[in-house]
Amino acid sequence: MELNLETEIDRSRMRVSDQVAIRIEDMNKWYGNYHALRDINLTVRRGERIVIAGPSGSGKSTMIRCINRLEEHQAGKVVVDGIELSSDLKNIDKVRSEVGMVFQHFNLFPHLTILENCTLAPIWVREIPRKEAIETAMHFLEKVKIPEQARKYPGQLSGGQQQRVAIARSLCMKPKIMLFDEPTSALDPEMIKEVLDTMIELAEEGMTMLCVTHEMGFAQAVANRVIFMDQGQIVEENNPQDFFHNPQSERTRLFLSQILRH
Amino acid sequence: MSERNLAFVRGEMLPAREPPSGQTGLLKLLRESFFKDWLSALLTVTSLIVLIWIARSVSPWLIDSVWNANSLSECRQILGGAEGACFAVIRDRWTQLLFGFYPPTQYWRPVLAFVLMLIALAPILFPPVPRRLLWFSAAFPGLAYCLIWGGTLWLPFSAYAVFAVGAIVLGLATRLGSGVAIVLALASALAWWIFVSGSVTTVLTQLLPLALAPVTSREMGGFLLSIVIGVTGISLSLPLGIVLALGRRSKMPLVKTISVMFIEFIRGVPLITLLFTASLLLNYFLPPGTNFDLILRVIIMVTLFATAYMAEVIRGGLAALPRGQYEAAEALGLDYWKAQRLVIMPQALKISIPGIVNSFIGLFKDTTLVVFIGLLDPIALSNSIRATTAWQGIYWELFIFIGGLFFLFCFSMSRYSMHLERRLKTDQH
Ligand SMILES: Nc1ncnc2c1ncn2[C@@H]1O[C@H](COP(=O)(O)OP(=O)(O)OP(=O)(O)O)[C@@H](O)[C@H]1O
Ligand SMILES: [Mg+2]
Repeated sequence: MELNLETEIDRSRMRVSDQVAIRIEDMNKWYGNYHALRDINLTVRRGERIVIAGPSGSGKSTMIRCINRLEEHQAGKVVVDGIELSSDLKNIDKVRSEVGMVFQHFNLFPHLTILENCTLAPIWVREIPRKEAIETAMHFLEKVKIPEQARKYPGQLSGGQQQRVAIARSLCMKPKIMLFDEPTSALDPEMIKEVLDTMIELAEEGMTMLCVTHEMGFAQAVANRVIFMDQGQIVEENNPQDFFHNPQSERTRLFLSQILRH
Repeated sequence: MSERNLAFVRGEMLPAREPPSGQTGLLKLLRESFFKDWLSALLTVTSLIVLIWIARSVSPWLIDSVWNANSLSECRQILGGAEGACFAVIRDRWTQLLFGFYPPTQYWRPVLAFVLMLIALAPILFPPVPRRLLWFSAAFPGLAYCLIWGGTLWLPFSAYAVFAVGAIVLGLATRLGSGVAIVLALASALAWWIFVSGSVTTVLTQLLPLALAPVTSREMGGFLLSIVIGVTGISLSLPLGIVLALGRRSKMPLVKTISVMFIEFIRGVPLITLLFTASLLLNYFLPPGTNFDLILRVIIMVTLFATAYMAEVIRGGLAALPRGQYEAAEALGLDYWKAQRLVIMPQALKISIPGIVNSFIGLFKDTTLVVFIGLLDPIALSNSIRATTAWQGIYWELFIFIGGLFFLFCFSMSRYSMHLERRLKTDQH
């Protein structure tokens, strides 16, 4: 499961600052009676790249979706970029415009062209002039290496291209934090690489990233922390080196042996 | 053994050849579509026979038709016992079928309104038409009201003022949040309508008496009536249906309950009862002395009825959208109304086009039900034409004319919807 990287990762700009980007304190979440997240505590600093791993159903998606309030937590505290998430809609919209999210199934808007997908939120949320928004969008589409597809519709692109558009769409909002929920698990191996390359580039630029993924090569290459979840709890939190070669918890060891066996 | 040496390398590439005859063109079409096997051959022959038989029995009636006569008996005289249609009745009475008892000197007014309607529809239906024309589309309802009913021009003007007040308040209050702004705008528009509108209209009318000769609703009829009711109902039921569908999916229990009750009540009642309510009952509820136009009442009822259906059609479209679309819109920071307007509705409406047009067509044809409350729709007029001594006993010709016109309208709606579906298709290479 080694990731073949064309170039060495440039770590010069991957600096973790002291500023706190996300602070989660004793967060709990229930779906009806089902206790999905239990006493989650997590502090993410600016510039950190965190990979979240864990078996299916362990609450990884639920946790990162609580950060931009796609899911509501019932107890505890979530502070994103200095704003505490409560039922106040204004705060929620503010947080959402600072936090980009990339989904497993891309969720591009099929009725809009690639360019329109990328300019929609900047124009309507940030209220940037159309011309400027288009320039920004083209800049990011070039960055994810598909500027020539700008006039096409999402349905006309391959999965990997769609996911890169989804990343560009989030970046157009110039977010401070990016959340990725299994961005590569709906893709073929060849496409996985192009998406991971884009994400690595983003990491090199110092973006704060939380990434749910089973791409352990990616985790080893760019993460500065790996979080292992099981049954709605954080079981282990470690640097990638120790996480893969010297895991502390029994549960982690079992999980690693299972996914690394393939 | 040599069997192991199976390597084969093609030396020269084969050129493309013509497909064998019988695989393309007319012959293939004939065989594949009409004479594929014995059953399909049998069906083809049978249907051909039926078609020929129908054509043979109807064609003399159509071909020998009489266009110039003043009464049915004159028609029969001309035909001299032969089979033949008497389309002279259409020639004699077509203005009545189109306009009812609208004063003939004023026919230009509904005709002008109809032409203006086509112009007003153009920028809505066909995007290449300049967007600026949308201003005309917005002004058209008031203009049409003036032209068709006549009376003072200031009445529609003050109606627009109500909307303008609402829009201004909405613009000023958006900073307080979408929900608050909408409530405020509605309240101020309502207040303006109730307290200010009337006096402003009176003052303006006295200052500058612009007016057309008024025509009462009783005088209107025929296709004029069907189109007025149908088009108003259609253009109001779509936006109202959207609001209602959103209401039904709302997380706010009160909004949801009201929407559900409205939809279920209106859908559960036959349209004809609503029409009777409009013609009889509403008078009891209104303060005495108010002269609330019958056509207006019917339009309200037809619109409510169509809205309930429309809401359900659109709700179907909304339900068909994957949750990911809502989530992506939310994750980008779009608020509820922006997400609905920019992401959700365009897709939901696109999915619902066939259902929406189906409702439109149903609504347009349902306008003939107003015959039961004494309004003169085309069917009612055909009855009254038949009641005259000259045209007693004539059926088919009138119904063919009426049916043909209805078909024309409904068929163009259907074609337009197919065109729209093709235009909005975005998942093809
Ligand atoms: N909307 C929901 N309603 C009820 N239960 C839910 C809902 N969403 C998730 N759950 C439950 O919460 C638990 C955690 O789900 P979550 O999607 O966070 O898991 P995950 O770790 O992301 O799994 P996967 O790797 O399969 O994506 C699961 O047991 C799931 O069944
Ligand atoms: Mg998940």
